[in-house]
Amino acid sequence: MFPPLQDLYRIAPELVLCAFGMLVMLIDPFVPATRKRSMGWLAFAGTLVALASLRWAALNQGSAYSGLFRVDMFSLFVHAIVIGVSALAILGSFDYLDRENIQRGEYYALILFATAGMGILAGSTELITAFVGLEMSSISTYILVGFRRTVLKSNESSLKYFLLGSFATAFFLYGIALTYGATRSTRFDVVNQAIAAHGAGPLLILGLGLIFVGLGFKVVAAPFQIYTPDVYEGAPTPVTAILACGPKAAAFAVMLRIFYSAFGSASHVWFWAIWVSAILTMCIGNFAALVQTNVKRLLAYSSIAHAGYILVAFAAASEIGVAAVLFYLAAYAAMTLGAFLIVAHVGGTNEQRLNIEDYAGLGTKHPWIAACFALFLFSLLGLPATGGFLGKLYAFQSALDQRIVWLVVIAAVNSVIGAYYYLKVVVAMYFHESNKEWAPMPMRAPMFVVLLLTAIATIYFGVLPNRLMELAIASARSLR
Amino acid sequence: MVPISYYLILSAVLFGLGVVGFVFKRNIITIFMAIELMLNAVNLAFVAFSREFNQLDGLIFVFFVIVVAAAEAAVGLAIVMVIARNRKSLNVEDVNLMKF
Repeated sequence: MFPPLQDLYRIAPELVLCAFGMLVMLIDPFVPATRKRSMGWLAFAGTLVALASLRWAALNQGSAYSGLFRVDMFSLFVHAIVIGVSALAILGSFDYLDRENIQRGEYYALILFATAGMGILAGSTELITAFVGLEMSSISTYILVGFRRTVLKSNESSLKYFLLGSFATAFFLYGIALTYGATRSTRFDVVNQAIAAHGAGPLLILGLGLIFVGLGFKVVAAPFQIYTPDVYEGAPTPVTAILACGPKAAAFAVMLRIFYSAFGSASHVWFWAIWVSAILTMCIGNFAALVQTNVKRLLAYSSIAHAGYILVAFAAASEIGVAAVLFYLAAYAAMTLGAFLIVAHVGGTNEQRLNIEDYAGLGTKHPWIAACFALFLFSLLGLPATGGFLGKLYAFQSALDQRIVWLVVIAAVNSVIGAYYYLKVVVAMYFHESNKEWAPMPMRAPMFVVLLLTAIATIYFGVLPNRLMELAIASARSLR
Repeated sequence: MVPISYYLILSAVLFGLGVVGFVFKRNIITIFMAIELMLNAVNLAFVAFSREFNQLDGLIFVFFVIVVAAAEAAVGLAIVMVIARNRKSLNVEDVNLMKF
């Protein structure tokens, strides 16, 4: 039995990404070593075609493959985030790979495969499909993290990510098995009906807990965040940028689907787990970031803290809460991607300049780069007129609407604590004298375009949020 | 017929052994085998449920798990190879440039 043609249209973005990924792998051996950058352009073209094919998928909304996959506003929204992140990260990788002397075709192919996996994750409406999507993105990123093969730190990151990632995956799978055992199905709608009819028994609650462990690892929710700083620090910086945005957005998407659609009738069970995890995540992220001297590690802890803020909106468990999560993911992707790519650019050969004191004097020597970085840091901190501010505002507001007051109070205190370490970097850039010579940092067109786009997006989301928020609300509606 | 609870208990015990091995073993290859043990514990649970419900679904899931585990093993062993070549050691405690 062959699936109807319309189902193929619905997974068009994934098909395009995989096709381009394979094309890159096939052509790569015939491209001379000096011209590998052209593979990057091919991969970039692939992401653009995938973005365009979203339109095609949007015209064919609905469930595909007998309820395994679903194209609705929600999945389109998350698709746009993850594909956009990959497109910009590919552009931002060119110079970095040249400097590190690891310009290879597989790098770009792996990014495309990982993105396809994230897309499947975002659209899956069945647990095994979600598992396959999760593994597609994870396995590709395990390799990407260790892409600097001769650098010991990169090896170490890759190993830690691989071991802990597979460990978390095993928990996720065991959770799926128990859910299957309790409800006789792994489809979200059937699971939901089963819970509504028979209530949530101990087997199902255990299964949900194990699924939360697996997904918590991907969205870096405490107490499953321990690997994050090490993996983010050792990975090539553009890969860190992808890790912090793409897989996180996709994993949050599937978590929303699982918790809201499949386990929606059992929300009283998971509410407190999310509540505790949100507080732990915010506090660990912020307090550990206070003492960091390495900017890459600092941003890694900051990404943990932001996962905590997103969990606050998650705990609201309302339509506005879902919309706030989606808005936050989009705004967060723009600012985090920009910040990490600047770290990649300023880092220089072998990532020498990563400490906060290395940024001293950046404001006078490279005013535009410093201005961009300051913008991203202000947005991460949550100053008004930036995407990060409105993301937090909507997130906290949605939680307040549901009378989850203490969580919001703790979140607000945390964002004040966050100000200290973000401003520390800004102060270093503008008010400290440099003790090292600044080599010129030529910025080529692709990187320039990426920084421009992320900066514009950060301001746009902060000043004119209506359009994005409308899309987020429409997406949240389609989830029910 | 053996009741399903026997299979589930065996599966839980295998999974637990995998977790214990992951946490306490120091050799990377052994840790890796512990993860495989956990995945196989899951497979056992799937097959047991599948037989209990008289459905094919669980058996199909097992194929997916096996395929994914194989892909994971391919990548994982490559990572272990690189570590072994660069460090001449397979003890996780030697892999400690960055502190948790």
